Amino acid sequence: MKRTKLLRWGLWIVLGLGSMAMVLPFYWMVLTSVKSKSEIVRIPPSFLPESLTLSNYVEAWERLQFPLLLRNSAFLATTMTALILLSSALVGYVFAKVDFPGREPIFILVLSSMMIPFNVVMIPLFLLIVRLDWADSYWGIIVPGIFSSFGIFLMRQVMGTIPEDLLDAARIDGASEFSIFWRVALPLSTSPIAALGILTFMGQWDSFLWPLIVLTRADLFTLPVGLALFNNRFYTEYGPLLAGATISVVPILILFFSAQRLFMESVALQGMKL
Amino acid sequence: MNFFRARRRQQLIFAACVIVPMLASYALFLVWPVGWAFSISLSDWNLFQNAGNFVGLRNYMRAFRDPIFRISLTNTFYYAILSVPLGLGLAILLGVLIQGAGRFRSLFRVLYFMPVLTSEIATGVLWRWLYQPEYGLFNSILSAINLPRLGWLYSPELAMPSVVAYATWKGIGFTVIIIMAGLDGIDETYYEAARVDGANLWNLFWHITLPLLRPTLTFVLVTGVIGSLQVFGPVYVMTQGPGGPLNRTRTMVLHQYQTAFLSFQWPYGTAIAFISFAIIMALTLAQLRLLRRRWEY
Repeated sequence: MKRTKLLRWGLWIVLGLGSMAMVLPFYWMVLTSVKSKSEIVRIPPSFLPESLTLSNYVEAWERLQFPLLLRNSAFLATTMTALILLSSALVGYVFAKVDFPGREPIFILVLSSMMIPFNVVMIPLFLLIVRLDWADSYWGIIVPGIFSSFGIFLMRQVMGTIPEDLLDAARIDGASEFSIFWRVALPLSTSPIAALGILTFMGQWDSFLWPLIVLTRADLFTLPVGLALFNNRFYTEYGPLLAGATISVVPILILFFSAQRLFMESVALQGMKL
Repeated sequence: MNFFRARRRQQLIFAACVIVPMLASYALFLVWPVGWAFSISLSDWNLFQNAGNFVGLRNYMRAFRDPIFRISLTNTFYYAILSVPLGLGLAILLGVLIQGAGRFRSLFRVLYFMPVLTSEIATGVLWRWLYQPEYGLFNSILSAINLPRLGWLYSPELAMPSVVAYATWKGIGFTVIIIMAGLDGIDETYYEAARVDGANLWNLFWHITLPLLRPTLTFVLVTGVIGSLQVFGPVYVMTQGPGGPLNRTRTMVLHQYQTAFLSFQWPYGTAIAFISFAIIMALTLAQLRLLRRRWEY
């Protein structure tokens, strides 16, 4: 008994040291962001700030146009998440519950599209977006992204567990096919939908390569794009850069700590892919 | 009977309203671009004239002669070889340890998961600062314990390992969660039976945990290799510009991005994309086949 107790304490110490390594960079980020310009470049660095200053935040706020970037990112991530959830639930439901000709081959097509890496599609998709006159607008980001193969696959699995009798009962009551989906199937799948929503929102909030390619007008930039270009231009101005990084990390962490369990479940869902 | 026929018609109409737009979207934004990309990769097409001639495999041949492409290919594999085993090994270790951490289980899970949530760009900027040679945290720690300072991202030898260290910190929590979900699925009675037979902790891990975790590990390994061969964000932010000292962190996707979107060599860029696609496909299929054979009892 004593041995297991010792083992457990050893385990906690090892994991505790590891967690410190995970959290230390974040501490350093916040710490640097509230240090003055001269304290940032002091050797050796101080582990507690001598004087707190918000000047880095003010600078980042002005030069990076943070309110604009935050608004753009929030708009895009929310719109994309809503669209992807709706399309995934609809298509997933149809694949799971409606028998239509060609269902299997079409579903296999959707599945196999997950294998195509984005960098293969990226160049011609960009040329297509230019041709459609969607470059430098959110259309070029939103429209090609409405359908998510992973979301469709996941929702098909979820909708497949809904008992057929329930749907038939609604049919006999005279409900239309869409209202059966909307009033019966959807309410029965709220928690997987929430999990998919979180996963999608995270992905969209951090999405970088495609917005970097499509958007060139500064007033459309999202947070990652704005921060990356600010990083290119002011490579050594760590104060405002880290203030910017702090601001972009905080909303997601707040979301995370308020819905932790759902987050963890949504990640575990990814393991269902194979 | 009429009722069912009418309902069936309604169902088909509903299905069509959903499936047809989806098919249109896949055709327009996926199938057609891939086909078009392939034809561009076989031509000398350019955006401004929107015309080009068929040149056969010239763009593909060029990739094999291009020394920078070869470097980027080597770098990408180097990244994969460093990051995939490190990430997998560490995640198995952490997953098993956290699973056994009793009342602090969910706390540790959350702490290790935190970096996963944050944007690659924000944390990339942060790690560039940690690696900063004069004022950065890492060199300050080295100095404090009287070790020589290192060049990190500025050193040709250390640049890629530094990026890998960052990527491991960033991504490990995700793999840990997936492995812990796999561990949850292992029936407790196996362990009890083995303990009755006198198995020690190592036996339990080696003969029960690892084999029963096989599907999860296959998933992590295969997606890990795919992801690592497509790495872009971290190298873009941490070693800005041409791809680090002596191109040491220029990966395949970074090279493709620069060729197509910065030098406007579309045909060559798409050829690189298809080469990387072929490599990823071949490696994925090889892994799936190998893992299946290896584990059959």
